[in-house]
Parts: sequence; structure tokens; C-alpha cells
Amino acid sequence: MVNVKNISKVFGGIQPIWLFVIAITVFFSFMSEYFLTTGNFMNILVQTSTIGLIALGMTYVMINGNIDLSVGAILALSAALAVDLQSYGLPVALFAAISSGILLGALNGLIVWKTGVNSFIVTLGAMIGIRGLVFIYTEEQSFYAENFAFSDFGISTVASVPTLGVIFLVCCLIMHLVLTKTGHGRNTFAVGSNREAAADAGIRVGRHMLVNFMIVGFFAALAGITLATQMGAATPNLGRDYELWTITAVVLGGTKLAGGFGSITGTLGGVLAIGILRNGMNLMQVPAFYVLVILGVILIAVLLIDQKVNRKSGQEVNV
Amino acid sequence: MTSSATNNNQRSDTSMKPVLRLEGITKRFPGVVALNNVSFDVRAGEVHALLGENGAGKSTLMKCLAGKHQAEEGSIVLEGQKVSFSDPMAAKQHGIVLIHQELSLVSDLTVAENIFLGSLPLKWPNRVDWKKLRSDTDKILSRLKCTFKSDDLVGDLSIAKKQMVEIARALVFTPKIVVFDEPTASLTDHEKPVLFNVINSLREHGVGIVYISHRMDEIFALSQRITVLRDGEYNGTIDTAQTNEDEVTKLMIGRSLELDHSSKPTEFKENVLEVRNLSVEGVCKDVSFNVRNGEIVGMYGLVGAGRSEIAETIFGLRRPSAGEILLEGESVTVKSPHDAVARGIALVPESRKEQGLVLGLNCRDNITLATLESVSSMGVMSPKKELEIYEKYQRELKIKTPGWAQKVGNLSGGNQQKIVIGKWLTTHPKLLILDEPTRGIDVGSKAEIHALIKDLAKSGYAVLVISSEMPEVLGVSNRVIAMYSGQITAEFNADTVTEDELVQAITGQHKAASETSLQAAGL
Repeated sequence: MVNVKNISKVFGGIQPIWLFVIAITVFFSFMSEYFLTTGNFMNILVQTSTIGLIALGMTYVMINGNIDLSVGAILALSAALAVDLQSYGLPVALFAAISSGILLGALNGLIVWKTGVNSFIVTLGAMIGIRGLVFIYTEEQSFYAENFAFSDFGISTVASVPTLGVIFLVCCLIMHLVLTKTGHGRNTFAVGSNREAAADAGIRVGRHMLVNFMIVGFFAALAGITLATQMGAATPNLGRDYELWTITAVVLGGTKLAGGFGSITGTLGGVLAIGILRNGMNLMQVPAFYVLVILGVILIAVLLIDQKVNRKSGQEVNV
Repeated sequence: MTSSATNNNQRSDTSMKPVLRLEGITKRFPGVVALNNVSFDVRAGEVHALLGENGAGKSTLMKCLAGKHQAEEGSIVLEGQKVSFSDPMAAKQHGIVLIHQELSLVSDLTVAENIFLGSLPLKWPNRVDWKKLRSDTDKILSRLKCTFKSDDLVGDLSIAKKQMVEIARALVFTPKIVVFDEPTASLTDHEKPVLFNVINSLREHGVGIVYISHRMDEIFALSQRITVLRDGEYNGTIDTAQTNEDEVTKLMIGRSLELDHSSKPTEFKENVLEVRNLSVEGVCKDVSFNVRNGEIVGMYGLVGAGRSEIAETIFGLRRPSAGEILLEGESVTVKSPHDAVARGIALVPESRKEQGLVLGLNCRDNITLATLESVSSMGVMSPKKELEIYEKYQRELKIKTPGWAQKVGNLSGGNQQKIVIGKWLTTHPKLLILDEPTRGIDVGSKAEIHALIKDLAKSGYAVLVISSEMPEVLGVSNRVIAMYSGQITAEFNADTVTEDELVQAITGQHKAASETSLQAAGL
């Protein structure tokens, strides 16, 4: 692993995932003439924004040492509400959609807090149950948006940048600042790194984790709305496997499953890495199922390299 | 290496040729030379104590020996043969076993399964031979004179018994060298003799023992030779019989240290904490005591006597079943640690790494952890204010770190403890509870922490110190509360009580005398 070590030395503080993003960007630029264009990058940005938004909240929850598997189902419910309730007016529909996400997140957090049951189990149950609710609510039907303003929003632009991309980047910035500059952000690391010490220092650990579950619920619901605006519709199967893609992106970005470590910048890199790989391979006309195989292999490879690099620096800690 | 004189303590028949020799070991970590040309040897049938302050390189040296680290220079010679171990298993197979400070047992398995973990006896085709497993285990357990059974779950055992399981595990490999790293750190005075007997019996069977400890009394009771490391360098080997504690301390830290009984606080004002008839289910019964402004009260007793649990009750981690807690004369119900902090109670917990520090955060972040609200406006932290607070306490507590961004895991035990204390001072508490404040901390830093505790009391804090070390309790506190099995058996003036009286009080032989001693304390 000498090479890896040298590479990380040369690039100093750059996170490994960003080196990877740069590497695949260069690679696809040579492989496809369509790749390195502004239009294509705007595409990637919009395509990644759905997983990206959820990943922002997931980063907090995972730094906390928890996980939320119910985000895909929350996304589907939120999308269904946002489209179906448009007959009561768009504001009502959007409010209901976002509220459902925050409330379900709060429910997850409350159960984790009050029962002490592992969040993996709690949100696994929530994932199954909420998906059931979606099917009950939609009666297995897809909804189509009748309000054109809703579907137009999904393809609108701000200063020639897609609105959805702008929303995602602004959310990135806010979540980055909250994580690095606020007490809540610091506590997120403290709780994830040593829950007992954090509680003894007077941090209300249960409440704190509840807030983070509400944040991820909010972002899942927001992602549901943005996805529905792109499609102009909501289907009961929307967001299947999204929890897995989200976790993949967050982990690629360097956040530790065990908690206590991670960053929004890393998560952004992880989300982009997946987006660029999918987009690039599409342009190279790699068949869809091969794309999945390659993505799986790359996920493991990147984490392996990351672990080697981290273990090198980790030894210093033992001195 | 010094060719020191004979092992004059006992056993003149022991071969003088060392079983194990470490020659010129050098180990570097990024930015630090952890060991510089260190040599060390162990003879069959001796206890060789390895001494040094925290960070002197003892544990690193032993990790190089046991295959956990690989030394850059130097060699390991075992029974005349040059060996090198790529991992701990290789070292084990050569008969070198390390018994860690932190035990590595699987709590959900039985004693027998733990002892033979990885080498379970098998019957054809691939079944565990339970009969052989039990009988082999029983043999080892009876050799160690253990009272627990091979079928007991390890999770149900006390720490002392778990340690015995760990030692039993070592015996499976017919060890030539057994390294004990701070084996008594979490044992009570009652449990230690059992361990010492085991060590002596291993020694009599010709096993070479390396014994790492901070406790001079143990080292002088057990060892035949003492080797001292200082700052990663070899600083001499001496025969235990020809030296004394003072000389060894000087070798260790370059000066001699006496426990400072002076400079205790003298002015006490009104009650800060008063506990009246406190009972906690399964922990303590009818406990009453008080701590005043500017006073240090020591709470002394065996592990399991309920001391830490009382502290946790005051701090809101446990619910009392009867009695009341008064803070500055007012009866309070502390609902949670958050509540406790808000009421001005601070608890420096027993285990720094598990409860006190957030190892993933740096020095500054750990110090400001309990007071983030005061450095934030609208939830946004001010890096400038944070740094000011860090610098203030770093200066006042003389915390030695390369800088605020240093991860606390890299600091020595003494400095880590100062960080935990600093974290609490930022909340301006009225009552400071310190549970085992110097556990696992070397002699030099211990004295510093003691001086610090006294200074804090003098500046007006009410301080409650829980400790299992008698010199610490006597050296630091004004009054000593003795506890036995969940009850307070006596209260003494720390300057006049004798060691005998204290020992009797914490072993339950003193109940009747408690009233007289209270009067004797004149308090």
C-alpha cells in the first residue's frame, strides 16, 4: 500500500473520496466525448440530488452512531402526499409531505430514545411498515400531478443551473456549517464517539438523537417532493433501495458506521462518485446490470483503500 | 545490559542464564521514538518488574515482545534462539503471553470456552469434546485455586475472576514468559493476594514473569529485579533486595517524591452537599454525609462497597429509593446528568476513556464539551471563545499537549485526567466529585493531580474524592468516610486516623466503633 500512502501524502488534506471523484472524472472524460460538458454535469447534479439530500441527513444520523433504513419508504409516502393532495392546493400538499417526513423521523427517534432498541431494528421495522402505509394510501395506484407548476419546478433553472441542483447545494452548505460550527454539530460527534461521556457531560443524548432522526426524515420527505417534481408523478414503489444507496454514498464519503467520524464534504464526494460512475458508464453504454456489478466492486475497493490509509495514520494514536 | 548480581531473594537453584533477552530494541512511531536501544532480560523463575512513568515505553516494549508491534532495530532471543513474531499468536506459540490491562474475554461464553477459545478440544468428525474441555479446564482452575466453575458465564464473574480466566487461558500454552500489564489496576485489596499467589506459583514452576505496575508496594513484595525505563530509554536494572522505593522513584522520574500531606485546605464554610438517609435499591442503605465549601471529603472502601453508585445517584444516573439529597440546604431531585450539571454538580468518572473523554475529539473540544452553550450564540460556536477557554484551563491545570488540535487519545493518563477535570471546571460547579482520580496514572502526575485537587478545594469548591488507595485518601482529604457493603461504617479525621482503623472500617469490623470515631474526628 506504499502507493496509497504516497498519494495521500501528496494531496495532503484532500479526502480520499474526492481523489476518487477526480480520477473517475478524468477517466470518463477520455472515454466519452459527451461526458465533459456543462449539460452533462447539470444532469449528474440533478440525478444525484435525490440520494444526495437524504444522504445529508443520514450523515448526521450515522455520525451519531445510528442508522435510518426507513428513508426510502418515507420518500415514497412524501411523494404520494405531495402529488395526491394537490387538489387542496400546492402549499397544503407540500406541508403535508414535509410534515409526514419529520413526524415519522420523530417517531423513529422517539422509539430509539425511549426503548433503547438499536436504530437498525427500529428503522427496519419502520421501513417495512411505512411502505405498507404507502400501498394502503395509494391503493397500489400511481398518482399524476395535475398542477403544472409542480412538474415545471422539476425542470426549472436558476441562472441556468437546475433548481433542484441549487437546492441540493444550498442544503449541503447549510448542513456543513451546522455540523462544523454549531453546538449541535459538535454534540453529534461527541454522542457518536462516546455516548456515555456525552451524557455525563450533560448532553441530552436522547433528545439530540431525536433531532437528527427528524432531520433525516425531513430530507427524505424533501427528496420525495423533488423526485416527484422530476417525474410529475408518484408511484408506490418509489424510493425502493434508496436507503441502501444513501448509506453507500455516506460510507464512501468516509463516515464511519460505528459513529463519531464523518463530514458533509465527504458525503457530497460519495454522492457525486456514485452519480458520475452511473452517468459515465451509461455514456459508455455499459449494460445496466454490469453497472451494478461494477458499482459493488468499486464500493468495496474504495473502502478497502480508505481503511489502509486510515490504519496507517491510526497507528500514531497508539503511541 | 547490566550483569546484575544473583537473585538473592529466593530460589538460588534458578539458572542465571536468562530465558529471554531483548537486545537494543528501537521502535519509532511517526514523530516519536517510543523506544531507543532498550535491552531487557528475564530469567526462568523470577518476577522482573518493569517500571516507568506513563509514556516511558513499558507497554510498547511488551507489545514488541508479544508480536503486537514489530521493532525496527534490535532482536529478541528466546532460549538462545533469535526469534521474531509477526503477530501475537506466533508469540503465544513460543510461550510468550501478555495479560492485558483490558481483558479480552467473550462475556457470553463459559469459562471453559473462553480458556480454550481457538483451541477447543475436538472429537471426530468435528464436534467439541465437552468432557475433555471440562476436565482440562477443571485441572487449570484447581491449579489456580479458583472458586468459580468451568460452566460459569464469564459475563457473570467479577473483574478479579475474569483476570483469573485470562491467566488460565495463558496456562493452556505452557508459557515460558508471562507479562502482567498493571494487573491490579482494577482489583480490590482483598482480591490482590489471590493474584499474587498465582504469580508466585507460576514463578516456582519456572515461568519468567514480567510485572508492570505503578504500585511500589506490590513491586517490592513480588519482584526479584527491577528495570526502569524513562522516556523510551533503558535507565538501569537493580536487585529488589538491594534498593528502596526512594531510589527507584528517583530512577523513574529523576527526583524523589513524598506524598504531600501538607497544604490541605483548612477553611470550611456551609454545607454544599448533604445526603440524608439515602438508600438505593441494591446499592446502599441509610447513607448520610455532608461536604462543605472548601472541604475535601474522601470516600474509602472496597470496590463494590457502593461508592461509585452513590456518586452516580447524586449525579442523577440512579434513582434513590429513600432519603434525600440537599444542595446548599435545598432538597433536590436530580433527574439526569443534564440536570446535575445545571445544578452545579460535576462528576469526574472512574474510567476516563469509557465515561470521561470523547476520544474522537481533540483537546479543545473535550474541554468545552460541557459548556458549549456558553461559547455559542444562537447555537453557533465561537472558535475564539472556545480557544480562550481551552487556553485558560490548559494554563491553569498545566496540561501538557502539543496543541489544542491534538486528539486526547494521544495524551498520557495524567494529562487526560486534567482534561476531564478542566471540562468540569468550565461549568463552574459547586460540588466536584472525583471517582478514582489517579487510577492508572504514574507517580509524578499523581502528585500533580493531588496538588490540583487541594488547590481547587482552597478556591472554594466542595470536593468529594472516591478512592481505593489509602495513601491517596489520607494524603488529600480532610475527612474520610469509610464504606462497607453499601453502608457508612465510620467517619474519621484524615490527619489522625490510623491505617488499622481504616482497614477495619472498610472490612466491616468497625460498625460499633463508628460513633466514637466521629467524636474523635472532632467534626
